[in-house]
Parts: sequence; structure tokens; C-alpha cells
Amino acid sequence: MINERLLEILADSFWKILLPGLTVTIPLTAVSFTFALIIAVAAALVQFARIKVLRQIARFYIWVFRGTPLLVQLFVVFYGLPNIGILIDPFPAAVLVFSLNEGAYCAETIRAALEAVPSGQLEAGYCVGMSYLQTMRRIILPQAMRTAFPPLSNSLIAMVKDTSLAANITVTEMFMVTQRIVARTWEPLALYMEVGIIYLIFSTVLTRLQRMGEQKLSVHQRQED
Amino acid sequence: MLEVKNVRKSFGDVPVLCGVELRVEQGEVVSILGPSGSGKTTFLRCLNFLETADEGTMSFDGETFSMNRLHKKDIARLRRKTAFVFQNYNLFLNKTALQNVTEGLTAARKIPKAQAEETGRRALERVGLSDRQDYYPYQLSGGQQQRVAIARALAAEPEIIYFDEPTSALDPELTGEVLEVMRRLAGDGMTMLVVTHEMGFARTVSNKVVFMEDGRVVESGTAAEIFECPREVRTREFLRLTNKTYGEKGESVQ
Ligand SMILES: Nc1ncnc2c1ncn2[C@@H]1O[C@H](COP(=O)(O)OP(=O)(O)OP(=O)(O)O)[C@@H](O)[C@H]1O
Ligand SMILES: [Mg+2]
Repeated sequence: MINERLLEILADSFWKILLPGLTVTIPLTAVSFTFALIIAVAAALVQFARIKVLRQIARFYIWVFRGTPLLVQLFVVFYGLPNIGILIDPFPAAVLVFSLNEGAYCAETIRAALEAVPSGQLEAGYCVGMSYLQTMRRIILPQAMRTAFPPLSNSLIAMVKDTSLAANITVTEMFMVTQRIVARTWEPLALYMEVGIIYLIFSTVLTRLQRMGEQKLSVHQRQED
Repeated sequence: MLEVKNVRKSFGDVPVLCGVELRVEQGEVVSILGPSGSGKTTFLRCLNFLETADEGTMSFDGETFSMNRLHKKDIARLRRKTAFVFQNYNLFLNKTALQNVTEGLTAARKIPKAQAEETGRRALERVGLSDRQDYYPYQLSGGQQQRVAIARALAAEPEIIYFDEPTSALDPELTGEVLEVMRRLAGDGMTMLVVTHEMGFARTVSNKVVFMEDGRVVESGTAAEIFECPREVRTREFLRLTNKTYGEKGESVQ
């Protein structure tokens, strides 16, 4: 079954698939996740601080983006919006959708982490003369981010894999490139497994990074061994 | 120095404070005693605006405020003149002992870091924890955490420190070290308002003792007056019961 031709295809395509992985999948993930975090922190904070209108907007946003499929969101933005005159290139469209979608999930993670910080921390901040914002920034958020770090890393790893959906809106990321090679060579089993392995490598690296990050962040916590 | 009048507070329709009055002079130690649920914590929290009283006036340092209508600015200013020691310490969990003490100085008072650390180290020294300055709260015993909390209170050079049952969360063998620190502060002339169940401490350290029940001050007087010849039946009853439960354990600390 494994013959020379197949090995050659695999070796040849490895770099062809990895390249868009490095130039598209990783940047798409990195940029989208960064935006997602910014959106998530904002959406979590306005809820945590119970800011009237903004809080409702945040709830609505989370409701919509968690309640509809990612693929549908991609299609609405890329194929739907042109109907009303909004044309977005594939890559920015993907960034927009992934940021908003991921932001909704991360917002919930961060909100829960904020709520898990004991209320006495905020009061202690007040009592030493700090303002709400100072206490949030120096005391509450760092503690919440430590709690949120593992689930956020999870989301990041999930997102690396979800970027394969961007192939559906003509972003030439790893999966799309693989599909093209399959169309040419007729070796779906080997090639789809190969791209799967590349995703697995990416996830493994991230998991390692997560573990290192956790150790770094947990200096102020009891180490559970 | 501090005088409050007619402090009232309800949670929903449950009245918790029904017109509390209190006076604390500069350099005085005032202890508040009272059964559980009598509103002692709520009262202290109102004094530092962690709860907003429904009614009440506060005179602090010659300025008079209405406790239910206070500007954020005034609240911030008053809080910088006071400090609060919580029953469960509430140390900043992501900060070391020294950072716990300096945080309020650098963040809220804009004191340069080096100077804040100098002050912080001196405060930790006063509570006997110089050797623990780089420990995180989870690495400290309850008694040590509470002493860091006291150092944090001290560092801000407050005009008064409010203590809410500072030793109730501690194992009996750890209460001594915290009470000892508080005794020393009292000796140094620190103005303190202390909610406590430590009868020994209240009796020997306070200039004045206040007995609260059901959101009211039932009786107040010197430690001798309250402990030797309480006028009110309720006070006598309370002292009799607490002596039975707690014994005179506080005395042993001296
Ligand atoms: N946030 C709150 N919401 C509703 N009720 C409250 C709240 N905080 C306190 N109470 C009620 O107010 C009353 C007084 O509580 P407080 O904590 O002031 O008593 P305490 O004298 O400090 O008691 P203890 O000695 O047990 O600490 C209690 O009946 C309590 O249930
Ligand atoms: Mg209490």
C-alpha cells in the first residue's frame, strides 16, 4: 500500500501544507485570538461591573455568537454581506468572524473567573485607598486571568483547528491546500491524515506552552502536585 | 476624632442598625462587644462605606458628613485616613507580603516605589514579619496573614484602624500573636475601633467598651464599668454567657 510514489507525495506535500500553516493558519489564529481576548475582557468587565446598557449589549452579543454555528457566521459575513454592499476579503472576513465568535466564548470564561475572585479582594482594595479601576487592574484581573488561563488555552487550541473552516470562504489555509493536493493526486486517506498530524503538532506545541504559562502564572498559588 | 450619630441600616425590610451612636477620641482603643447578628460588622462596614448607611452623620477630624449622601471623592479621602482589618484577612492573593503592604501606597497614594518599600518593610517589622516579606499569602499561617493585614493597615499611617474580629478566624494558639501586635499598637497610641469576642483584650486594652445588641448600643463605658458593674441586664447576661463559653482565655495572652 505504501509505495514510493505515495511517500514522495507525502514528503512533497508536507511542506506545501505546512507553509500555509505558518503563513495563514498561525497568523489567522494569533490575530483573531488577540482580538477575541480584547473583546472578551471588555464584554466580561461591563457585565462584572454591571454597567447598564453596555452589559445588555454584551449579553446580546454573546447570545448571538454562541448560539449560531461558526460556519453559518462565516457564510453570512463572506457570502451574505455583499448583498448589502459590504465586501470583505477572505482573510479579514475570517479574522472578523473568528474574533467575534471566540470573543463570545472567552467572555464567559473571563466573567466566570472574575466572579470567582473573592469579593473581599475588592473591598480590601477599597480599604487601602485604591479606586475600583485600580483594584480591578492590579488585584482582580490578574487573579481572574490566572483562573481563566487553562480554559482560555483550551479555546485557543480549539481555534487553531477551527480555522480549517476558513477554507469554506476561500482562505487558502492548510486544509484548502490539502484538498487541492488530494484533487490532483487522489490520495485522500494519506493526505488528510498528514494535515491532521500537522494540526496535532500545532496543538501539542500550544499545550506545552500552556503548561509553561501556567507554571509561570501560578507563583502566588499553592502548587498542587 | 470620630463621632457617628444615628446610624441606621436595613437589608431589605430587616433593620440591622437602629440608630447607633459612637465616639472615638484620638489615641483611644474602643472595643465593640455583642452577640452574633447584632450588627457589629455591618456597623464597621458602614463606617468605611463598604455598606452605605440609610441614615447617619459622621464627624471625622472636624468635618461632618451625611453617611448616606457622600461623594465618591469624599469616600476615597476618608478611606485614605482609615484602615480596615478584616476577620478573614483579605490579603491580596496575587501579591507578596511586602507588596500587600505597599500596594495602597504606590497605587492609591502615588508614593514612589522605593519609599513605599521602605515604609512597607518598617510596617512588617512592627508586626514581626520582616523575614516573610516575599511570601505569598498561601505560604503564611492565618496568624501571619492577619499580621500582614495589620502591617498593611499601619503602612498607610491611618488616623484610625477598624478591626472586625481580627482573631475569630484563627486557631486558638495563633490568636495570641495577633493580639500581642494589637496591644503594642494600642501602647503606641494608635486609635483603634475593635469588634472582638476576646474579652481579655477588651478588658485590658480598651479605654472604652461598647456593648451592642439588635442594632443598638445598649451600654458603653470604661472597661472597668462594663466588666465590673454593668448597668444593663442584657450586658450582664451577655458577659455571663461569654465567660462560660470563652472562659477567660484572652487573659492568658498578657
Ligand atoms: N449583605 C447582607 N444582606 C442581608 N442581610 C445581611 C447582610 N449582611 C448582614 N446581614 C444581616 O445583618 C445582621 C447583622 O449582621 P452582622 O454581620 O453585622 O452581625 P455581627 O454583629 O457582625 O455578627 P457576628 O458576631 O456573627 O459577626 C444579621 O442578621 C445578618 O444576617
Ligand atoms: Mg461580624
